[in-house]
Amino acid sequence: MTHRLYMEERIADALRELGNIGAGHAAAAFSEFVGEPVTMRVPLVELVAFDDVTEALGGPEAPVAVTYVRVSGDVAGHLFVIQPLDGARRLLSSLAPASGEEWPLSAMEESVLEELGNIMAAHYLSSLADFTRLTMRPSVPSVAVDMAQAILAMGMLEENPLGDFALVIHTAINVPEEQGRAHVYLFPSPGMERVLLRSLGVGDGV
Amino acid sequence: MIHHVGMAELKIATEEHALRTFGLGSCVGLALYDEVAHIAGLAHIMLPASPNEAPQHVAKYVNTAVPRLASLMIERGAAKRRIRAKLAGGAQMFATLSGVDLMRVGPRNVEATLEALRSLGVPLVASDVGGSYGRTITLECLTGKLWIRSVQHGEYGI
Repeated sequence: MTHRLYMEERIADALRELGNIGAGHAAAAFSEFVGEPVTMRVPLVELVAFDDVTEALGGPEAPVAVTYVRVSGDVAGHLFVIQPLDGARRLLSSLAPASGEEWPLSAMEESVLEELGNIMAAHYLSSLADFTRLTMRPSVPSVAVDMAQAILAMGMLEENPLGDFALVIHTAINVPEEQGRAHVYLFPSPGMERVLLRSLGVGDGV
Repeated sequence: MIHHVGMAELKIATEEHALRTFGLGSCVGLALYDEVAHIAGLAHIMLPASPNEAPQHVAKYVNTAVPRLASLMIERGAAKRRIRAKLAGGAQMFATLSGVDLMRVGPRNVEATLEALRSLGVPLVASDVGGSYGRTITLECLTGKLWIRSVQHGEYGI
């Protein structure tokens, strides 16, 4: 069972709209990269317990390949572009010759993944920045392949009035047939949802 | 029975029971045990220092979690002089990132925990810290054995 805190519907709606805009552009970049049409789920906007953040990825120990970007500017936060490891492997093998025994990914595969994550993160943030007229600068991207929770915890470390709950804007992007999937998780830094909401003319925070 | 310890949580268990916490990245898992009384405690700690002296989430911070875990064990019947510690986690999941304060959280968590154990007078008997990979850990309350599982290295005990 997932533990969530209640969020006002108008606030969730506004943040979902932002997630939709950002992820829409990230999905287009993903589609171009894989050369396949993709479909996008309606973003989930939740105040979710730390322990349950990884549920949509298959649990805390699910092996995932992640590109991480720290966001700074008017809006600060943490952006993760995540693929289940087996899906990432399938995608990479369709783009480049298989790496053999190297674990978990070869340097070449990691750099392809980093490039893909970087493009998706940049599209996500620039479309969000254009829409809200707020600055959101991505850091240099960094790749990790490991247990989902060990990686996503990076988005939950900041001092937070919600204690052990995090505000997460999560969008799943699916590639039909190939069963590939990418997830984009945006963790606005605590209080940053207020800045985002104000830019939409919606008052107060979560 | 295995009891799950969540992020920013701590728990005590005894005898045949075990305590498990998943996916430690930069977080540290502190295991304390009394091998004679068969009482053990596990904390999943996220940050080195609390923003104030009495934070709402005691288990989230090293400076409040370590003394609380020890005192809960003593309340349950552990003898302070017999309590031993094992430590795991404290990785840097993104090895290539640097410069940003959050990136060094893992090593800082480890340093703060060692310091807190020293000031309590609890000896550290084994540790598996650092690196750039996640760990799931399981503590056997009867023996104090700590099992560490990672994606890359399988499972081993310390």
